[in-house]
Amino acid sequence: MSRDGITMWLTPFLARPIALIGLCVLLAMVIAAAFAPWLAPYDPYAIHPVSRLMPPDAVHWFGTDQFGRDTLSRAIYSARMALLIGAGVVLFALITGIPIGVFSALFPRLGHVLMRMVDVLMAFPSLLLALGLIVILGPSVANSIIAIGAGYMTTTTRIIYGLALRLRAETYVEASRSMGSGTGWLVVKHILPNLISPLLVQASFVFAFAQLGAASLDFLGLGAPPDIPSWGNMLAESRTFITRAPWLLFFPGMMIVLTAFSLNLVGDALRDRLDPRFRDVFSGEG
Amino acid sequence: MTTTILRVSDLKTSFNVKRSGRKYRVNAVDGVSLSLVAGEVLGIVGESGCGKTTVGRSIVRLVQPDSGAIEFKDTDVLSARGQTLREMRLNLRMVFQDPYASLNPRRSIGDSVAEAGDINKVFTSRAERAARIAETLTAVGLEPSFATRYPHELSGGQRQRAGIARAILPAPAVIIADEPVSALDVSVQAQVLNLMMDLREQLGLSMLFISHDIGVIGQISDRVAVMYMGRVVEMSGARSILDRAAHPYTRALMAAVPRPDPSQRIAGAIETGEPPSQFNRPAGCAYAARCPLVSERCRAEVPQLRPIGADDKVVACHNL
Repeated sequence: MSRDGITMWLTPFLARPIALIGLCVLLAMVIAAAFAPWLAPYDPYAIHPVSRLMPPDAVHWFGTDQFGRDTLSRAIYSARMALLIGAGVVLFALITGIPIGVFSALFPRLGHVLMRMVDVLMAFPSLLLALGLIVILGPSVANSIIAIGAGYMTTTTRIIYGLALRLRAETYVEASRSMGSGTGWLVVKHILPNLISPLLVQASFVFAFAQLGAASLDFLGLGAPPDIPSWGNMLAESRTFITRAPWLLFFPGMMIVLTAFSLNLVGDALRDRLDPRFRDVFSGEG
Repeated sequence: MTTTILRVSDLKTSFNVKRSGRKYRVNAVDGVSLSLVAGEVLGIVGESGCGKTTVGRSIVRLVQPDSGAIEFKDTDVLSARGQTLREMRLNLRMVFQDPYASLNPRRSIGDSVAEAGDINKVFTSRAERAARIAETLTAVGLEPSFATRYPHELSGGQRQRAGIARAILPAPAVIIADEPVSALDVSVQAQVLNLMMDLREQLGLSMLFISHDIGVIGQISDRVAVMYMGRVVEMSGARSILDRAAHPYTRALMAAVPRPDPSQRIAGAIETGEPPSQFNRPAGCAYAARCPLVSERCRAEVPQLRPIGADDKVVACHNL
């Protein structure tokens, strides 16, 4: 996996321009989040009552909101919240999903019980589950991560469980057991390394859906505090001005769509790379 | 002076199987006794499902037998714990059938080959580990540089060589080879067989060689045990099996070996039918339904192994 590995991972993107575009959009988002103070033309919190609800022009590219705040600056700063929520939810899903899934596969007796509990959680629509948890925990950024993460932890756990069950039966795992390896060895040397690539795909999809989940919570006023710039908050605040200042909804809405769409493109490309049935078609390798 | 290095006595292993909602108990191995003399190759031959693989897997404790005993150099394998078990694990090693599935695609060949040593903390330094890997790879006819490669870069034959390398590092006493050449094509089969015979000479290995191919078994084994439906039906020296097959099932197996000259075929021993269902074993001899020599007694009483003729041949048949 050194240089060979890098080209191997890049091939599906090079072979499909649209996936490459997705990757670039995500990269742009990361840059926006990292360098927001330098990229944003104005202070996203600065209120200018004089220039309220200005349509997009040369001074304010995305226009201004009802408090005269620059929409472009707020949209750029929002990338931070989007990345934070996305990364947080992915991390939450993996940190809970990997131990539960792997444990359940290796110790079927307790595993069956655990997986049935995961199934119960899975029966709730994820937004409903997130709303319920927010009501219990109270609205905050950390709690939105937990609330949204709980929904995606179930699918992640199921995927890990299925993969681990299959890996457990592999001949090389048997070979390892015949040489006296314990559970720790099997997990670290055989199971986890084989989970990395499928989980990368899963992570990209969870990241995408987390964006939508976070936007929904913010829109309902149950996510990040309203003064923190986030695309969902921007939509929520300006929804009453939809006829007078449609740009206030258009730009953050577009950002949500673009981010989720790009993540899905990247996820698709990664999945095709990992699924041997598609590998020939898109990357030309055997 | 011959010493028995591995002794299997009256081994019984069964599995729970669910078929259309009903639970069955399948006796995969039903009272097998074998002994392996130090330095010899004992072939186990039989059709799929006869329990030959389960015998091998029971010995390395991948499955828990119901009853019976397995002794390695006078120590009980099945009750071994701690340090004794660790030593046993290093001495009783397995080569698997499918060279594609038996190596982890995410681990380098070197890591796979050194696995037994790593698990049991055999190596004292990284340098020693690297040296042992290189030495072992050379022993199986691979370049030492293969240590840093990954399974997908290797051919089937090379992978099986790596699988054998894994089984001989650090220094085993007994290799249990479960169909080690069945997944390879014929020309590669010969190479791998030769390698195994060379290694046996060089390292003084004893081997339990499991295969469904009586031709391959005849080539590599000193003695052969023929299994049918979880039991040994005939056991004797390899030549004696090949030339003077006694049990009707062994004769049928011999007749099934393709021969370049059709007129050399053994007449009248071609099998008909299938083995009886594992879920519903007949009383008496399991081979009765397919046997040309079948008599009334066969359907009622299970034949026991008894000596027949010269050269230590034992056969389980009422009609010989």
